Order: sequence, then C-alpha cells, then structure tokens
Amino acid sequence: MTAMTSVTAPLHKQEDANLRPVQWRRMAWVTWCQHRVALTGLVAALAAIGTYTWVLGLQLHHAYAAELACRPAGSDACLQLTSGFNSVGGFLTNGWILQLVPALIGAFVGAPVLAREMETGTYRYAWTQGFGRWRWTLAKLAGLAVAVTAAAGAISVLFSWYYQPYFGTDNQARGLSELTSLAPSLFDLRGVAFGAWTLAAFAIGVLAGMLIRRVVPAIVATLVAYAGLAIATGAWFRAQYFSPVVTRSLNVPSSVWIVSQDWTKGGQAISQTVLYQVLQGAPAQVAGKEGGGPNLHALVAWQYLVQHGYTEVTSYQPAARFWAFQWMEAGWLLGLSMLLIAVTVWLVRRRAT
Amino acid sequence: MNVIEASSLGKRYGNTQALRDCTLAIPAGHVAALVGPNGAGKSTLLNLAVGLSAPSEGGLTVLGGRQPGSLAALDGIAFVAQDTPLYKNVSAANMLHLTRNMNRHFDQAYAEARLGELGIPLKRKAGKLSGGQQAQLALTLALARRPRLLVLDEPVAMLDPIARHDFMATVLGAAAEDGVSVLLSSHVLAELERVADYLILLSRGRIQLAGEVDEILVGHRMLTGPAAEAATYTDRPVVHVRRGETQAHMLVRTSTEDRVPQGWESHAVGLEELALAYLRDPDAAALPGPVRTWDVGARKVTR
Repeated sequence: MTAMTSVTAPLHKQEDANLRPVQWRRMAWVTWCQHRVALTGLVAALAAIGTYTWVLGLQLHHAYAAELACRPAGSDACLQLTSGFNSVGGFLTNGWILQLVPALIGAFVGAPVLAREMETGTYRYAWTQGFGRWRWTLAKLAGLAVAVTAAAGAISVLFSWYYQPYFGTDNQARGLSELTSLAPSLFDLRGVAFGAWTLAAFAIGVLAGMLIRRVVPAIVATLVAYAGLAIATGAWFRAQYFSPVVTRSLNVPSSVWIVSQDWTKGGQAISQTVLYQVLQGAPAQVAGKEGGGPNLHALVAWQYLVQHGYTEVTSYQPAARFWAFQWMEAGWLLGLSMLLIAVTVWLVRRRAT
Repeated sequence: MNVIEASSLGKRYGNTQALRDCTLAIPAGHVAALVGPNGAGKSTLLNLAVGLSAPSEGGLTVLGGRQPGSLAALDGIAFVAQDTPLYKNVSAANMLHLTRNMNRHFDQAYAEARLGELGIPLKRKAGKLSGGQQAQLALTLALARRPRLLVLDEPVAMLDPIARHDFMATVLGAAAEDGVSVLLSSHVLAELERVADYLILLSRGRIQLAGEVDEILVGHRMLTGPAAEAATYTDRPVVHVRRGETQAHMLVRTSTEDRVPQGWESHAVGLEELALAYLRDPDAAALPGPVRTWDVGARKVTR
C-alpha cells in the first residue's frame, strides 16, 4: 500500500542529510575529458605565441645590449645598431595584437562550456547525474577558470620580459623606441593584469553561453562584450584609479602615461578652436605660414602662447604607479569575474527548460 | 512509496500552458507508460520529475516525498532524455567513465559486460554509433547507476523495430530483476500492452486517465449494438462512440458485472484500442468516472 508523503518525508530528511555528495575532485577528470580539445588547443596556441615571443625577445634583448655597449655613441656603427633595435618587433610592436589573446580565450574556451550543452541537449544528461546541477556547473567553471588564468599568467611573464628593453629611462635620449609601462596597449599584457583579463573574458564567455544557449552567437557576443569592456577601461576607467599628477612644467618624464594636456588662461580651459584663432592672429612664422618644420612650429607656437598668458597643464600618471595600477585592475577584474561566474551558476540552478 | 506524486501540477511556458491541474501518484514497482499525442505535455511532465524544470503551479515530489532535482532525488533517478543526448566526440568507454565520476554508484562491470553483449565497441566515439547503439549506450549508462526510478523520454521513437525490441527487453529485464520502477513516455501505442502495467494518458496538458492497466481494462467494456440506439445509452459514461452504418461501438466505463442493454454485446477491450479511444476524444477525461485520478494513489479504483 502507498505510504503517505507526510509520513515518509521526515524519515527521508534524516536519510538525505546523511547522503554524502559525490566528491568535488571527481569533476576534475570530467572537466578534462570534455574540454581537452579546447585546453590542448589553448596550450598549443599559447606555446606558438610564446615561442615566437621568446625568439624575437632574444633578438630584441640582444640588439638592446649591443646598442648600450656601442662606443663611441653617435658613430655610424652605433646609429645602425639603434635603428636595428627599433626595427625588431614584428607584430609584437606596441603589443596591440596581443590584446586579442584574452578575448579569444574567452570566446573559444569560455563561451562553448554551457552553450554547447544547451545547443546539443546534453545538459539533460549532465544535469540529471548524481553530482547535482549547480555543483557540476561550479566545479567545471572553477576548474577551467583556474586553468585559463594560470596559462595566461604564465605567458604574461614572457611578455613582461619581452617588453623590458622599451622601458629604459634614457631610451628616448639615445634615439631608441621608448614605451611607458602604463600605455593602454601594454599595461594589461604584463604583471597580474593579463591573467585577470583572461579570467574576465572567460567569465563573460560562460555567462554569454548560458544566456544565449548557442555556440556561435555566444562567441560573437563574448568578443563584442569583452572588446567593449577592454576599450572602455583603457580609454576611461583606468586613468581614474588614482588622481593624476598635474604639472605646468614642460619637463614631463618620458616614462609617464600622459592622461591629458590642456591649455588654460586664468584658470579657464581653452578650447582647440580658440587656440587656433589665437595662433592665426600671430606673426607668420608662429602660425606656420613659413618654413621650419613641424617641430619648430610647435615650439615657437608654444612659446608664443606662453608669452600671451596661456599655460599648458599636463595630467599624468607616473610609471612608478605601475604595480598600484596592476593590483587595482586585477582586483576589480577578479571581483567582476567571480560575480559573473556566480550569476552563471545561479542561472543554471534556477533556469527552467 | 510513490515514485511520482503530483498535486494540481501546472507548467507554463510564456503564454502556453503545457501542463495544467495534474494530480497523480504513481506507486513504486511499476512500468508506467505516459501516453499522449505530440505536444500533450509528456516531456514537460518528465522534465519536471527529473528536476530539469520547475513547476509553475502546484507541487511535485519524487521517490516518496523528495524534491525533484535535489541530490537525494538525482541519486535515485536515472533519466534518458529524448533523442538520447550523448557527447558525440567522447568514446563509449569515456562515457562510462564520465558517468561513473558524476555518480555515487556506478556498476562498471555491468556496464562493460552489457556493451560487450550488445557489440558496442568501447573505443568508438558516441557520435559514430548507430541510433540504436546510442540509445542502448544511454540506457546502459542509466541502468549502471542502479537507480530506483528510470525515466525514459520517447526512448524508442527513433529506433527500428529490432532495436526497439532489444531496448524494451533491457528495460523490462531491469524492472523485473532489479525491481527498478520505470516511467516512460511514448506515442507508440503498439507495444504498450506488452510493456506497461501502469498507464497515464495525457492530452492537451491534462491527465485523462491514470491507473494500473489491469484495473483500467477491467473498468472498460466495448459495447457493440444498433447504431440508432447509441445516442440513447445513458447507463454508464461513454468515452467514445464509433458509428458504422448499422452498428455502433461504444467504449464505456463499466465492468463485466454491469447489465448489458438488450440487443448489445459486451467485449473486453485492449489497451491500444482503449488508449486510442481516449486520445480521439480529448474531452473524455476519466473525471469523474470509474478511474478517478486522485484516488489512484490510494489504489482505490471506483468501478
């Protein structure tokens, strides 16, 4: 005969409370088995980029050392070495291309994790196993997040080493390419930021996959969302982490990241249009109506403006703040990633088919 | 213990009411068939039972009062979804390994032996197996978990007759030998009689009929008599009338003890015939009638 629910339920509660869930570590093999193609592909791609960076980096460091050792400075031989250093770099120059790496990891490793389960219907298998649906999601996402972050962290050590010669403080004086470590194209390739951006891209990818439930659209959405976040951060947010140093001096060190440069008069900002009109009213040589080259014009124009009571105000972030910026950026990216992953797990737990 | 208990269960997807006011209790130890046309709400009900989706109205418990989708419920229920989803580029051996890692119990020896008997190569990718082999692999994964309830959504819809027969033989074997309760949905009526000893008829999101097959069959008779008199028959509830030129066939909720009207003949009815009659007449719910769904849980069937 049928037992009544009300009678049997409390007995089950006791019994069910004693039920030991499947151990977390058993998801490690499951995750590896299902994502080994993506993870192997990731390692292979990073290994290829790493090898290229390593080979080119050796050339770069060698060229740099040779230039530093060259005597007498300014001789033809030394100038040749200088331009030799400046021409090494290929697609690694300035670092722009490497900005794609986190985006691609997020799109091709992160987005398919849940989107493929939804698209092929295998979530109906995965989420009805004894491991439990939200535990499955959390275990899988945590494992993959650690894996991609570690891989990205490892390769960013190589990037840090690669770009080192560009930060020499007297590079500019010697005619060598000089970059600031806070430059938008370079800052997030080095230190802890690269790993953090990769983690964020992965988290954006998994959430997009869960929301969109189809692999290809989720990949596209991840690329768009990541690009938006990265561009907005480089162009606006990052400069706000710490108040910039403001100076009226022209002698700004070449290693700093210049956030803004504006002309003022009596404490008021002067627009470009007004400046242009002022210069139009200046003698011919100042306004660039006679020869002398653009640099001379700039200098003469600058002097003219200063003589007429205008002041150039420069806001910049000193290179010494590099690590403060790194931790600040890694911190909020880590927080954002954990939030996105938590939302994904919550969606999986809640989502009805 | 009831493997499934639902009270006033409803499920809405946007504006579509996939399931409404379902009250149901399936006792343990049955092979229960959930039958209905496409779109009747069969998959919806099964997805609710395995915890893949949540009810919009009412309540549902499984395995004697457990919440669907809870760890205890997942531990005791194995589900083979429609079209038997497997990871296409994972080998059969690794599918076993995956399932073993995701469950507290997994009978590896049983699973390997069964795949051996079926001639399914362990090294082959799941996506490269035939439809029948994929279904058998999914079923093996489910049975090796040693569940108390096996839920199958349209398990044989895509299979050829031989694969279908083999598949159902495995299910019935597990039910008979290991005492696994089975709940399967199907729109294939032909094999029902051989397979199921419990029937739930679902139509347009409502339960039309639910109960043990023997009791349902005893509670229905096919009356054959003059077509002209069919309209005047009011002794017992009529489920469905099929009129010929001279004769009418009426499926009636009655029993052998009941009086047969003068000039009419009474026949026992087969399960397929009965299910068809109900499905042709979706308004003919067994409420109120001889089989009252809310009494089925207590196994009291009014005749």
